[in-house]
Amino acid sequence: MYTEKVLDHFSNPRNMGEVEGANGIGTVGNAKCGDIMQISLKINDEGIIEDVGFKTFGCGAAIATSSMATEMIKGKSIEEALQLSNSAVVEALEGLPPAKIHCSVLAEEAVKAALEDYYKRKEEAK
Amino acid sequence: MRKVYMDNAATTALAPEVLEQMMPYLTTTFGNPSSVHAFGREARTGIDKARQQVAAALNAEVDEIIFTGCGTESDNTVLLGVAAKYKAKGNHIITTNIEHHAILHTAEYLEKNGCEVTYLPVDQYGRVSAEQVAAAIKDNTILVSIMFANNEVGSIMPIAEIGAVCREKGVLFHTDAVQAVGHVPIDVKAMNIDMLSLSAHKFHGPKGVGALYVRRGIRLPSFVMGGGQEKGRRAGTENTAGVVGLGAAVEMSCAHMEENAKRMTALRNRLMEGIEREIPEVKLNGHRTERLPNNVNYSIRYIEGESILLMLDMNGIAASSGSACTSGSLDPSHVLLALGLDHETAHGSVRLTLGDETTEEDIDYVIDVLKKTAERLRMMSPLYKG
Repeated sequence: MYTEKVLDHFSNPRNMGEVEGANGIGTVGNAKCGDIMQISLKINDEGIIEDVGFKTFGCGAAIATSSMATEMIKGKSIEEALQLSNSAVVEALEGLPPAKIHCSVLAEEAVKAALEDYYKRKEEAK
Repeated sequence: MRKVYMDNAATTALAPEVLEQMMPYLTTTFGNPSSVHAFGREARTGIDKARQQVAAALNAEVDEIIFTGCGTESDNTVLLGVAAKYKAKGNHIITTNIEHHAILHTAEYLEKNGCEVTYLPVDQYGRVSAEQVAAAIKDNTILVSIMFANNEVGSIMPIAEIGAVCREKGVLFHTDAVQAVGHVPIDVKAMNIDMLSLSAHKFHGPKGVGALYVRRGIRLPSFVMGGGQEKGRRAGTENTAGVVGLGAAVEMSCAHMEENAKRMTALRNRLMEGIEREIPEVKLNGHRTERLPNNVNYSIRYIEGESILLMLDMNGIAASSGSACTSGSLDPSHVLLALGLDHETAHGSVRLTLGDETTEEDIDYVIDVLKKTAERLRMMSPLYKG
């Protein structure tokens, strides 16, 4: 039911763990539904995502979409990361079963939540 | 890579001895059992023998056995049949909240069509008591349907006690024994069972064939309408090879039941001890001793069931889970929730069901892989702080 790409990201997840010295962390989902995703970002003064990490409680698709999402925003600017859509993640994974599309939505939301946290922290630091 | 099949509650491998007995009916003995000629009579002989084998396995009479297409059909026949037949007597059915969907969804359908259904809540181990059943029986109760053993957590119900209560109160008693037949001793007379469902592929028989025991004196409407097969109790040309396979498999399973149960219980306990020794923060689902000899079910805290299954699968191990992602809905297994598990714990369940071919080496391999799987997935989990 999963593509080879999904299985690859599930068994060899990229950017797994929490980034040290992260300045933006977003957590979405809840245990009741069976998916929790946490994305941590380290953004430099030029607004470039230098490092990114994920931690996920969830199914194979949840882990694969988190992994893929981190790969897609690493080294990108905040503006580019904000453009990340769930469908782009699905496409990059060469498809997801219909029942798993919500995992890609969660990945998009986790990235946005982490960026929001980054802005919030920046605002508070002023 | 080592291959370990530990999903025997889902289905079992067809035993070579069973296939051997089926082969003539798939090839040379192809006649329609209803035909009067020699071809038909020969096929009929196979069905007659299978009926004797099933009756002997349950301590039933030969004319009390009806062959069906599967366990689900047997369950449907009972619920829909009793509700229709005894409409004048009442409309109340008693069951439990951890039945298989073949019972639960049929009960829900009946509720929408004028029946009243009581779903007895199970205790934390997945069992109901005969007292609960006795207290729930009312003047309009027409049927009690309680599974013999649960498919997910393996808990075994006090069937003999429930049977005695139902007989005393004059209420029909059906048990879905799909997970129990061939694995634990069953005596429909001693246990006061009026109707019982079983399925061949759960005890090394073929798929696509089941049976229903209906005690003499009870006449249910035929679920499949058509010809007069099975004495008018189930229409449709018999699945001769399947029926022969069912008979052979049930005879074989019952002949080796005691030794198999003993061997399986030892392996099961080895697996349980290993999991509890090697993986911290696990929870056994179901009863520690009152469970099927081949059933192991644990929740592994902080991780999710489908990802456990994927990782086991990548290591050649076949298992199952009650997580939402494997049930095709947003909710985890109704059985685990009925046992009182919270959603997170239910999502992290893994069921391992052993079979005749399971070895000690398989058990040790599974413990090792499961330990590594838990460690790896916990490292990824935001819930795990250990």
